[in-house]
Amino acid sequence: MKLVEYFRAQMMKDPDMASAVAAIRTLLEFLKRDKGETILGLRESLTWATDCLTGVDSSVAVSSGGELFLRFISLTSLEHQDLSRCKKVMEERGELFLEKISMSRTKVAKLCHTFIKDGAKILTHSYSRVVLRVMEKAAAEKKRFSVYVTESQPDSAGRQMAEALRKLNVPVTVVLDAAVGYVLEKVDLVIVGAEGVVESGGIINKIGTYQMALCSKAHNKPFYVVAESFKFVRLYPLNQQDVPDKFKYKADTLKTVQNLSEEHPMIDYTPPSLITLLFTDLGVLTPSAVSDELIKLYL
Amino acid sequence: MADSGETGGPVKKDGIQQAKTEGKELTKEEKQRLRKEKKQQKKSKEKKDEKASQESEKEKKPVSSASPASQPPTQPITPKAPSAVPTLVPVPASETPAPADKPAKSKAEMKAERRARQEAERASKQGKKGEVGQQAAPGKPKAPPSELQPVVKRLPEHVQVDNPEVLKKLAKKLERQQTPEYNAATKVKIPLRSDYGYKVSLFSHLHQYSRKAPLTQQLSIPSTVIHPAIVRLGLQYSQGIVAGSNARSVALLHAFKQVIRDYTTPPNEELSRDLVNKLKPYISFLNQCRPLSASMGNAIKYIKKEISNIPSQCKEEEAKSKLLNCIDRYIDEKINLAAKAIAKSSIEKISDGDVILVYGCSSLVNHILCEAFEKNRKFRVIVVDSRPRLEGREALRRLVQRGISCTYVLISAVSYILPEVSKVFLGAHALLANGYVMSRVGTSQIALVAKAFNVPVLVCCETYKFCERVQTDSFVSNELDDPDDLIVTRKGKTQLEHWQEVPSLGLLNLVYDVTPPDFVDLVITDLGMIPCTSVPVVLRVKNVDQ
Repeated sequence: MKLVEYFRAQMMKDPDMASAVAAIRTLLEFLKRDKGETILGLRESLTWATDCLTGVDSSVAVSSGGELFLRFISLTSLEHQDLSRCKKVMEERGELFLEKISMSRTKVAKLCHTFIKDGAKILTHSYSRVVLRVMEKAAAEKKRFSVYVTESQPDSAGRQMAEALRKLNVPVTVVLDAAVGYVLEKVDLVIVGAEGVVESGGIINKIGTYQMALCSKAHNKPFYVVAESFKFVRLYPLNQQDVPDKFKYKADTLKTVQNLSEEHPMIDYTPPSLITLLFTDLGVLTPSAVSDELIKLYL
Repeated sequence: MADSGETGGPVKKDGIQQAKTEGKELTKEEKQRLRKEKKQQKKSKEKKDEKASQESEKEKKPVSSASPASQPPTQPITPKAPSAVPTLVPVPASETPAPADKPAKSKAEMKAERRARQEAERASKQGKKGEVGQQAAPGKPKAPPSELQPVVKRLPEHVQVDNPEVLKKLAKKLERQQTPEYNAATKVKIPLRSDYGYKVSLFSHLHQYSRKAPLTQQLSIPSTVIHPAIVRLGLQYSQGIVAGSNARSVALLHAFKQVIRDYTTPPNEELSRDLVNKLKPYISFLNQCRPLSASMGNAIKYIKKEISNIPSQCKEEEAKSKLLNCIDRYIDEKINLAAKAIAKSSIEKISDGDVILVYGCSSLVNHILCEAFEKNRKFRVIVVDSRPRLEGREALRRLVQRGISCTYVLISAVSYILPEVSKVFLGAHALLANGYVMSRVGTSQIALVAKAFNVPVLVCCETYKFCERVQTDSFVSNELDDPDDLIVTRKGKTQLEHWQEVPSLGLLNLVYDVTPPDFVDLVITDLGMIPCTSVPVVLRVKNVDQ
């Protein structure tokens, strides 16, 4: 399928780009090449394309990014007689949307780095490009801090994060996932990224985040989340079990495996009561403000 | 040099100011003069203030007319979006005129505060006599003056039952609410219902009525003033025949429809003003029968707004049919369709194998469970009940009739049964502006125990029950039911039969309590699923809508 190939090509071209951004680029390209006749048909084919992409990469951000893209481009007056004129308007808005979200990581970094004080010890989980950007900015501001990263099994993504941080000359220690409680008394703050931010203000992130949040609450350490605004999704899980299966497991696992109860989930849900603040390109939000922003984004 | 000996206004003023700054005592004449000058200054500033608020009104009207224009284009494109789509553009625009006014007022802040307080008192007194077309620009013209200076708010009169002055004022107000008879000599008044029994001191500011003697024996209801449909409704409320938030609101709206059908405009009167005045004694009467609920309050506000929005050129028949249509549409949209939308959202949250706990009898929760059962979800229900109302039996009857497997417990067994429960569904009487949920007494207890067991608590509530009030405890505003309901006869013995004779004994039969938002995980409304802390957002969006 040309769509999937284009998506994979985009991902490989720039490994630093979020998968959701690649998905949106793919959707924009799809829109340009689409030969539909009606606006409704166009929307349907875009929805179909988003579903295809979620089939390839089942992260929450891809589906939320796709949905937001669709809403953003159709949120204008599309009363033109000519379909090609409408398409042009939609494409322009699509480009605008893409531009805005490419800047989002920089905005988040600008907001968050002030919370990292000189001499701070930070704990983070697994590999997150946004957290990396925040630390780059803090290091650029000549702040001295040290980082503890959890190994984050089963894919050992934490080691990748440690490598990247060593390149920035930041002292980093890799700890076992089981050592989070042990290390928390030495740590000043916890910063994690998010794969998706849900309506309640909670987050969906790599498995092990919920544990970390629970321990930091018990130790009274601030738990910060950094996420771009296109990760806001219209889910409202009540507990771990309530997160839909299509997000819990990798896309290929969903297709090949028969009995999902034998598979281990890749993500977990952290409720809003454990999160201190969320740093997004819409500003610094408390978990209860996320619902407010979501209402603005989606309605 | 002090010129206090000379005559002449401005010079005298200098003298007074100098005397003030020197800390001397002002003479009587000087004080009188000061007072007169202050009054004149106030009058001139009032005029300026009115002009300023009119200008800000005009600024807001083009903004508010822009918002309906942008609504239709979005509607065909987002067919799934709920009909109450807020365009939040007007909100930031309306906030900008207010700070612009601030630097101009910073000079005479103290005087302005006093003036604002007096104006607020005057406005509240005028408001009771009849709110007319000024209500047409909904709420926004009131926003600038209150945003500029803090206005002293007073407790509503019905919540000050132990204050005799307030009671006297209330009695006089009821006297004044009379229909303009041709023969003004026959002044008919709506009687005050008297309280019954000893009231527990914490709740002495609330009314406590008895249900034993029917209302018609206690009050002499003037049939010329109160429409018979309203009398019937009042009786039904006071005897508990019509109970439950939705049922009461719908009954109220139907009674108002009857009133409108039978209404004829008297000569030399406008329908929009006269009908609103006619409704006032009805509402006071209904309040006497049983205190109004938040949903009824919102319905009444809507009706009054619709009535006062009727243009004066409209013919009577046309106006009446328009009003009847409005009421029908309100019932349809806010209650029936909202129930359908809420049921649709809730079904996603009910999974197979669930054990759902419900409390009391909420029409909405029962509807949701029946719908879910029809969509072939496999679950079982635990119905929790409590004395003295025992409403859970009604819920049990309705669910069992559909074929849903149910368990019935009393509220004292809640902590015993909770480990089996996977979700708790609660109904609400009203949702307050600070996120607190006001519901039947016992609800907060269940939410508390559920939180302790880490069981998710879901509250289902339509948006028309959202009210702007803020309450953090169940004492300040509640309803006291008949204390005799607590008396029970077992094995032929009634222990509490003569409770009134024991001086230190009080019986308390509360109706509502408030649940803090930390115990509630999710609120399902017709606008979607929101966390409890987002209720003010919905209220803000609704105000923008109107």
